[in-house]
Amino acid sequence: MGAAVRGLEARGLMGPRVRILDREAPLGYLLLVPLLLLLGLFLAYPFLFGIWLSVTNAQIGDNGHFVGAANYQYERSDTVFIQSFANTITYTAVTTVFKLGLGLLMALLLNQVFPAQRFVRAALLLPWIIPSVLSTLAWRWMFDPTFSVVNWVALHYLHLPSVNWLGTTSTALVSLMIVNTWRGIPFYGISFLAGLQTIPTELYEAARVDGATRFQQFRQITLPMLRPILVVVLLLSTILTFGDFTLPYVLTNCAPYNSTCVLSTWAFQIGVNGGYIGIGAAISLVLFPLLSIIVAGVLIGLRSRD
Amino acid sequence: MASVSYENVTKRYSGDTLAVDNLSLEVKDTEFMVLVGPSGCGKSTALRMLAGLEDITEGQIKIGDKVVNDMPPRDRDIAMVFQSYALYPHMSVYDNMAFGLKMRGTPRADIERRVNTAADVLELGPLLKRKPRQLSGGQRQRVALGRAIVREPQVFLLDEPLSNLDAKLRVQTRIELQKQHRALHATFIYVTHDQVEAMTMGDRIAVMRDGVLQQVAPPREIYGNPANMYVAGFIGSPTMNFIPVTVQGKTAKASGFELELPHAPGVEKGTLGIRPEALTEAPVAGHAGLDLKVEVVEILGSDQFLYGTVGGDSITARVDPHLKVQPGDRVRLGVDTRRLHLFDSATEKAVL
Repeated sequence: MGAAVRGLEARGLMGPRVRILDREAPLGYLLLVPLLLLLGLFLAYPFLFGIWLSVTNAQIGDNGHFVGAANYQYERSDTVFIQSFANTITYTAVTTVFKLGLGLLMALLLNQVFPAQRFVRAALLLPWIIPSVLSTLAWRWMFDPTFSVVNWVALHYLHLPSVNWLGTTSTALVSLMIVNTWRGIPFYGISFLAGLQTIPTELYEAARVDGATRFQQFRQITLPMLRPILVVVLLLSTILTFGDFTLPYVLTNCAPYNSTCVLSTWAFQIGVNGGYIGIGAAISLVLFPLLSIIVAGVLIGLRSRD
Repeated sequence: MASVSYENVTKRYSGDTLAVDNLSLEVKDTEFMVLVGPSGCGKSTALRMLAGLEDITEGQIKIGDKVVNDMPPRDRDIAMVFQSYALYPHMSVYDNMAFGLKMRGTPRADIERRVNTAADVLELGPLLKRKPRQLSGGQRQRVALGRAIVREPQVFLLDEPLSNLDAKLRVQTRIELQKQHRALHATFIYVTHDQVEAMTMGDRIAVMRDGVLQQVAPPREIYGNPANMYVAGFIGSPTMNFIPVTVQGKTAKASGFELELPHAPGVEKGTLGIRPEALTEAPVAGHAGLDLKVEVVEILGSDQFLYGTVGGDSITARVDPHLKVQPGDRVRLGVDTRRLHLFDSATEKAVL
C-alpha cells in the first residue's frame, strides 16, 4: 500500500472496506472462510454424523433412535469383532515394520549412482501408482490355488508343495500382509530418498575424516538426520494401514471363516451388507481414540525437539 | 607432526577435465602453507586428495614418509575444517567435538579432558550444550576448528574456513588461527582464494592457476619477486600496473614515457610491471619519472589512490594522502627503478 493511498485514507476518501483488507488479522480470518466451509462440509459433517450413527440403532432405510453405548456393548461380545481388532493390529504392526525396513533399504540403494537411475526410481513407484483394486486383483490371481505363479515357481524350481494361499486360515492373513507391504514400500522408499538427498554430502566427508566407518556414518548421521521424515512417514502410513479397506476387501473380504477380517471390512459387512449401519459405525470408530493418542504423541514429540 | 609431499600429482575427472596438473609440492613439518588461486584452480581438489576425499589419478601423496594414496581418510591422521563447517546439526557442540574421538574408541575420560581443554582455548565452554543452529557464524567456525583440534592430528587441512564470516570477524579469526598454529606445533595446509589471507597467514604461499602450480615462496618473495605476470597480478591490491613496452638494450619504451632498466633483460617486447606504491609523488633526482593524467581520486585515510593514464596506458598510483589532487590534474610521479618488474610478452615469465 503506497503513501498516496494512505494519504487518501487519512482524508477519508477511501471507505472502511479498504482498511479491513489492510489489516492482517481480519484479512487472515476472512481468507480462511472458504477452506473452513469445505472442511466442514466434507470432513466434519460426515465424521460427526458417523459418531451420531454409532449411538443409534439406525438401519439402512431406518433413521433409528438414540441407544447410548448399546452398539459398543454388543460388539464386546462379538467374536468376529475381536478377531478383526486383533487382525487390524497385527496387519498394521507387521506390515509397518517390513515397509519401514525395506523402504529404507530401497532408499539407500536408490541414492547410489547407477545406470538408468531415473528409470529405476520411476519404475519402483509403480506399486504405489497403480490403483489398488487392479493390483490386488492381480495378486489374487497370483495367489490362486490352481493357477498361482508363486506356486508354479515353488513347485517347478524349488520342489516345494503348493500352498492354498488365500484358502487356509494360516496363510490368508500373511498373504494380505505381503500385498500391503509390496504396495507400501515405494511410499516409504521415495520419502526416505527425498530425506537422504537433503543431507549435505559434507557431513559424510567430515565423518569420514573423523574416522567413522560406513555403518557408523549410517547410525550417527543418516538415521538422526532422517528422523523427522521417518516420524511423519510412519505416522501417515500407520493411519492409512489401520484404516485400509480396498486391499482386504478385494483380496479376501474376511474369508476364509472371517480369519482375515479387519475392522474396516467387518464394519462394512455389518453396516452395509448386513444393513446395521449403527453397529457398523460403532465398529469403525473403535480405533479413533487409539489413533488420536498416537497422532498427538507423535506431533508433540516432533515439536518438543525444536 | 609431519611433513606432506605431493609428487607429480594429477587429478583427472571423467570426461578429461584436468583439475590438478602434475603438482609437486613439499610442505615442511609445522609449516603454515597456503594454497591460493581463483575458484576452479584446483586448490581445493589438491587438499581433498590429501584428505582422502578424492582419488589420486596419477602421482603420489606422502604424509611423513608414508604414501597415503590408498589409505582411507580415517587412517591418515588429519583433521579438516570445511568452508560450510559441516557441523553435525543434530549433535551438541560437545558431541560435535567429541565425535572423531568416539569413532576411534578413545576412553571417555580422555575425550572429556580433550574437549574441555579445546573448549577453553576457543572460549566455547558455555556453549558446549548448544546445537549448531543456536550459534553465530563465528561460534560455528570455532566449533569446526575445535573439532579438528581435539583430534590432535599431524596435519590440519583448512578449506576456505573464513569465507563465511563477516569482514571484521575474519580479521580476528585470522589472527586467532595464527596463534593456534603456533600453539599446536602442527602442519597447516590452508586453501583460500583471498590473497590477503594468503599473505598474512602463510609461512609460504603456493599460487595455483588452472590446476598448475605457478610459484611457491614466502609472502615477501611472492610479492617482491613474482615468477610470472599471473602471480604478479594476483597478489597485491590494487593490482600491479602492467604496461606494454619495447626494449632496446637497457631502455624500456612505453606509449607515454621511457625509462632505464637496471640491466638489459634480453627481450625486445615485454610488459613492465610497476606496483602502485613504487610510484611516488616526490620524484627523486636520477630516478625516472612519468606524468599521470588523473581521472579518479580515492582517499582511504591512510592511503590515496590515483587512477589515470600515461600516454595510452592506464596507471594506478598510491601516494601520500595529504597530497591535494583533483581529477583532471597532471601529476609528476617518480618511479622507483629498483622495484620494477619486466615480463616477457611471449612467455609471461619474469625477466627482470
